[in-house]
Amino acid sequence: MSIVPQPTFLALDWWALGPVLALTAGTILLLLLEFLPQRANGNRGGIVSLLTFLASGYAVWRVAGEKRELFGGMFVHDPMTVFFTLLFCAVGVLATLMSWDYLKRTKINQAEYYALLLSSVLGMVVMAASNDLVTVFLGLELMSLALYVMVGFRRSQLESNEASLKYFLLGAFASGFLLYGIALLYGATGSSNLAMIGAFLADTPLATNPMLLMGSLLVFVGFAFKVAAAPFHMWTPDVYEGAPTSVTGFMSAGAKAAGFAALLRVALRALGPVMVDWTQLLAVIAFLTMTVGNVTALLQGNLKRMLAYSSIAHAGYILVAVAAGGPEGASAAVFYLATYSFMNIGAFAVLTMLGKGREERVLMSDLAGLGFREPLLGLALTAFMLSLAGIPPMAGFMGKLYIFGEAVKHPQLLWVVVAGVLNSVVSVYYYLRVTVSLYMKEPEGEPVGISWGAPAVLAIVITLAATLWFGLQAQGLWIQAQNSVMGLL
Amino acid sequence: MIPTEWALALSAVLFVIGVVGVLVRRNALVIFMSIELMLNAANLAFVAFARQQNSLDGQIFVFFVMTVAAAEVAVGLAIIVNLFRLRETVFVDEINLLKG
Repeated sequence: MSIVPQPTFLALDWWALGPVLALTAGTILLLLLEFLPQRANGNRGGIVSLLTFLASGYAVWRVAGEKRELFGGMFVHDPMTVFFTLLFCAVGVLATLMSWDYLKRTKINQAEYYALLLSSVLGMVVMAASNDLVTVFLGLELMSLALYVMVGFRRSQLESNEASLKYFLLGAFASGFLLYGIALLYGATGSSNLAMIGAFLADTPLATNPMLLMGSLLVFVGFAFKVAAAPFHMWTPDVYEGAPTSVTGFMSAGAKAAGFAALLRVALRALGPVMVDWTQLLAVIAFLTMTVGNVTALLQGNLKRMLAYSSIAHAGYILVAVAAGGPEGASAAVFYLATYSFMNIGAFAVLTMLGKGREERVLMSDLAGLGFREPLLGLALTAFMLSLAGIPPMAGFMGKLYIFGEAVKHPQLLWVVVAGVLNSVVSVYYYLRVTVSLYMKEPEGEPVGISWGAPAVLAIVITLAATLWFGLQAQGLWIQAQNSVMGLL
Repeated sequence: MIPTEWALALSAVLFVIGVVGVLVRRNALVIFMSIELMLNAANLAFVAFARQQNSLDGQIFVFFVMTVAAAEVAVGLAIIVNLFRLRETVFVDEINLLKG
C-alpha cells in the first residue's frame, strides 16, 4: 500500500466511484424503504435495483476513457474496471428481470433479496477494480457473504438451506486459504499492492522462494474455488441445484466473471514476472476442470445440475486462456466471460419460467415435447444450448475460437488445446440432449406449466440478442476486451 | 524480542490445526470454529510480517480481516441456526439431500 495521498479528488473520481456509491446507496435505500407500506402486487425492490444498476452503468460509462488510481492505489479506474463494471451491471439487470416473477411465484419476494443482489454486485465491482490484495479480499467476501444468504433464500426449503450451508462452509474454508496466501505474499514481497508486488518481483529473483510459491499457490486455490475449477469444484452442483433458479443464474455468471477478473489482475499485474513457471500447472488444472465438468455433465438428469457441471467445464476453457497468459490470452478470457455470462443467464432465465406456483420443473424429462407446445421458448433454449456448445454462428463459438486460437500459439499448450477441442465435442452431446428432449420426446405425466412474465421474457430477448450479436459481430467486443487488459501490463 | 520465525511457526501450526479441523470434524459449528482459526492464523502472520518489515500495512489488514470474520459469523450462524430449526441436526454427515 503506498500512502502517497492523492493531491485532489477530482469530479472525475466521483464518477469513477459512481458504481460503488450508487450500489451502496441502493442497498441502504431498499432496506429503509421496507418501513413504508407497499402495494400488494408491487415490486418496489425490483424497480430500485434496476435503477441502481442503470445509474452505476451510466456513471462508469461517462468516464470510460479515463484512468485513475484512488485511495492510495487500492482502487483503480481503468479500462478493465469499466468493462467488468458494465458487465456486472448488465448481469445485475438481467438477474433482476428474471427474478421479478420467479420470486413472486415462489413466495420469496422480499426486499432483502434485491438488497443482497446489489451488495453482491458491489463486491464484484470492487474485485474487478482492486489493485491491492486487501481490496481483492474485501470484494470477494462482500460478494460471497451476500451470495451465501441468497442461495439459502428459500429458507423453509431443505435443499436451499443445505446448499447455503455447503456453499458457506466451503466458501469460508477457501477464503481462509486465500487470506493465508495473501499473508505469505505480503511477507515475501513486503507489500500488498499488486503493482508494487509486480515491480518487486521484476527486480528481485524470488521465483524459488518457498514463501512466495506457497503464497501464490494458496491465493490460486482461493480463486479456483470461487470460479469452480477442479479439484475445488465439488460444491458447484449441489449449490446450483439447491439455490433458487434466479440466484443460480446470477451467481453462475457474476461470481465466475468476478473471480476471473480478480485472478487476471493478480496473475498479470502482481505475479506477472513469475507466471511463466505457472503455465504448465494452469494447463493441467484447465484440462482437469474441462474434463471433469464435461464428463460428469453427460450423466445428469437435472438441468440445473447439468448447467453446474457445464459451468465447471467453461471455467476450464477460460483457464486455458489464463494459462496462455499475456495480453492476448487475457483478452480471450475477458471476451469469453462476457459472452458466457449472457448465454448462461439466458438459459437460466428460461428455466425460471418452467413450472407454476412454487413447483420447480427442471428435470430433463420435464422438457419433453415443450418445443412444440411453446415454440418460442423452445427455440430460445435451443439457441442458448448451441451457444454453450460452441456451435457457429453463436457467441460461444467465437469465444472458444479466440481462446484456442491464442493458446495454440504457445507450443507447450498444444496438448491442452487438443484436449479442449475434444472436450467441446463431448459437450455437444449433453447440450443437444436438451434439444432432443424439447423436440423428439413424448411428454410423460403432467406437462410443465409455463409461468409467463414480461420481465423474464425481456431478459431472454436481451440475452438472445447478445448471444447472436456477439457471435456474428464479435469484432467490436473483441476490441473492447483487448482494450480492457491493456492497463494490466 | 521474539524472532519473527517463531510467530510464523505458531501461525503455520494454527493454520494446519484449522485445516485439519475442517477436514475431520463433522459438527458444522466446530468446522466453522476451525475456519475462524485459519483466519486468525493469517492475522498472526500479518502482524508478524508487519513487525519484521516495520510497516503498518499488515496490522491494518488485520482490522479488515476481523471485520470480515465478524460479518461471516453473523451470516454463518444464521445459516446453521436455520439448518437446526429445519433438520434438528448440525452434523454435516446427515445433510445429504443434494448429490449426484
